[in-house]
Amino acid sequence: MSALLQVTDVSVAYGKVEAVRAVTLAVAANEIVTIIGANGAGKTTLLNAVMGILPLKGDVAFAGESIARHDIEDRVAAGLSLVPEHRELFATMTVEDNLQLGAFRIVKAVAAQSFERVYSLFPKLKERRSQLAGTLSGGEQQMLAMGRALMGAPKLLMLDEPSLGLAPIIVADIFRTVSELKAAGVSVLLVEQNAKAALRIADRAYVMELGEFVLDGTASEIAANAQVEASYLGFSHAEKGAV
Amino acid sequence: MNTTILLFLLQDGITTGAIYALLGLSLVLVFAVTRVILIPQGEFITYGALTYATLATGNVPGTARLALAMGVVAFGFDLFAARKSLHARRILRAAAVDLGFPLAVLGLTMALAGSHTPIAVNIALSLLIVAAIGLFLYRIAFQPIAHTSVLVLLIASVGCHLALQGFGLVFFGAEGLRGPTVSDAAVTIGSLRFTGQSIAVYAITIALIVALWLFFGFTLYGKALRATAVNRLGARLVGIRTSLSGQIAFLLASVIGAISGILIVPITTLYYDTGFLIGLKGFVAAIIGGLVSYPLTAVAALVVGTVEAFSSFYASNYKEVIVFTLILPVLVLRSLAAPAVEEEKD
Ligand SMILES: Nc1ncnc2c1ncn2[C@@H]1O[C@H](COP(=O)(O)OP(=O)(O)OP(=O)(O)O)[C@@H](O)[C@H]1O
Ligand SMILES: [Mg+2]
Repeated sequence: MSALLQVTDVSVAYGKVEAVRAVTLAVAANEIVTIIGANGAGKTTLLNAVMGILPLKGDVAFAGESIARHDIEDRVAAGLSLVPEHRELFATMTVEDNLQLGAFRIVKAVAAQSFERVYSLFPKLKERRSQLAGTLSGGEQQMLAMGRALMGAPKLLMLDEPSLGLAPIIVADIFRTVSELKAAGVSVLLVEQNAKAALRIADRAYVMELGEFVLDGTASEIAANAQVEASYLGFSHAEKGAV
Repeated sequence: MNTTILLFLLQDGITTGAIYALLGLSLVLVFAVTRVILIPQGEFITYGALTYATLATGNVPGTARLALAMGVVAFGFDLFAARKSLHARRILRAAAVDLGFPLAVLGLTMALAGSHTPIAVNIALSLLIVAAIGLFLYRIAFQPIAHTSVLVLLIASVGCHLALQGFGLVFFGAEGLRGPTVSDAAVTIGSLRFTGQSIAVYAITIALIVALWLFFGFTLYGKALRATAVNRLGARLVGIRTSLSGQIAFLLASVIGAISGILIVPITTLYYDTGFLIGLKGFVAAIIGGLVSYPLTAVAALVVGTVEAFSSFYASNYKEVIVFTLILPVLVLRSLAAPAVEEEKD
């Protein structure tokens, strides 16, 4: 099998506490895969370990090559990119500098194309290009974080809760962009609290609970699952009703 | 007090202050990028100055051999670090930087050293030698522990300072040295006499500050260094190696230190351990700038230089005391302004 990303039997621990246990996951080329799960399920931990920020047990293969022992920088060079939960922008540098650094490993000519692509995906960033990243609004910062990751022309983009703390209209924007990415040939591994929206754009989904995958299948199967409906989708309905 | 003396002291203070400014700036740079408080900055000064002075006497300085020895150790470290993925390209690159570079510098030094070597060549050789030492110092002593706390890095930094000072004593002996001036010209404006050397100090300081500003503001590597300082994880996520940033920072700091040393050594006799005290004054300026602000550091350095000039005239016995006391009110103010800062973890 030739998945783009193949995570096999991966466990991640903080000291003695295992936050992720024996997880196996695959993302094929040109696919959007989502991981949904409650707070503290271990989603961020898993993404960080795949990126190399946290050490892991088990194997991670990317484009057919094992990268489980590689540095973060080598994984970036291989075409893997993470937009982390806290975005990690260069707050005291301009939007344009942030984007330029996103293309740090890319040759200049290609970086120029990346700029065009990112500015056409996020016209807002072009307007704000000489503003300091730290002074952007939350939604703009999320766009910048995604834009910076895309500047490196990754094969697989991992997004950790891109909708966190954003207004519904901006969330819709971000999700539309994620679908556009797929059309442009970038695979996406999407971690989301907003299960409903995530399942709508994803091809396949995994459900994570207490560090383990309890369910997986096509997005429509998962969306139709009664258990998922009750714990994730139903909840978001109730939440919406309450607000 | 008489204006001639006042002006003279001011001029003197600004000349030394300019050098402290360079040192303070490189301390801020190194701290921002690597979180290392660069105590061995003093040794970069001494090595630069005494290497230059030794070359001026026509001899090959021991620092050229030290650079090669450190390069060999650094190569060993690089090989060990790359043991899991022994790519030929990576090893060749390490060999070129760790062995080829210091070998070439040593070869050049042996070939060119002589009593009639032009000053510019001696300066270039001194800078290359100290640059290599700075680069390998980071590779050997700091890169393997780059992820540890500021305190551990500080202890390593003190260790490096002591070790390099010891080597300094071995290479240059306990007697002080003086180097030839860059230029013997002098101009007199009113009652003030500007020597070629002091003009060189101003010109080089300003040129270096402009060069640094251009480097950090407009080049990709300069921006990458800033990015590492602003957000280490963010920088790694776009593929900027922390080790690369650290090496560039140390390279810059060692060159700046060496330039300062070369500028000072024609003015005052330097001993193997003088650099430390000079570096400390740059450090006072950097602390006043909070180890983050470049402009504040530069201004503080000029103040430090001026205070030093006046106190050495009026109370020369207490000169150092007065200069280092400057730091106290600043620390008190800072501790009032920012209560209990926890050490940043990442
Ligand atoms: N640095 C850490 N040290 C110890 N435990 C941690 C650490 N980070 C996370 N954990 C624990 O690991 C578990 C998984 O956390 P993780 O952040 O991966 O959850 P998550 O699924 O991303 O949650 P959320 O949806 O709230 O972001 C949690 O129980 C959390 O308390
Ligand atoms: Mg999370």
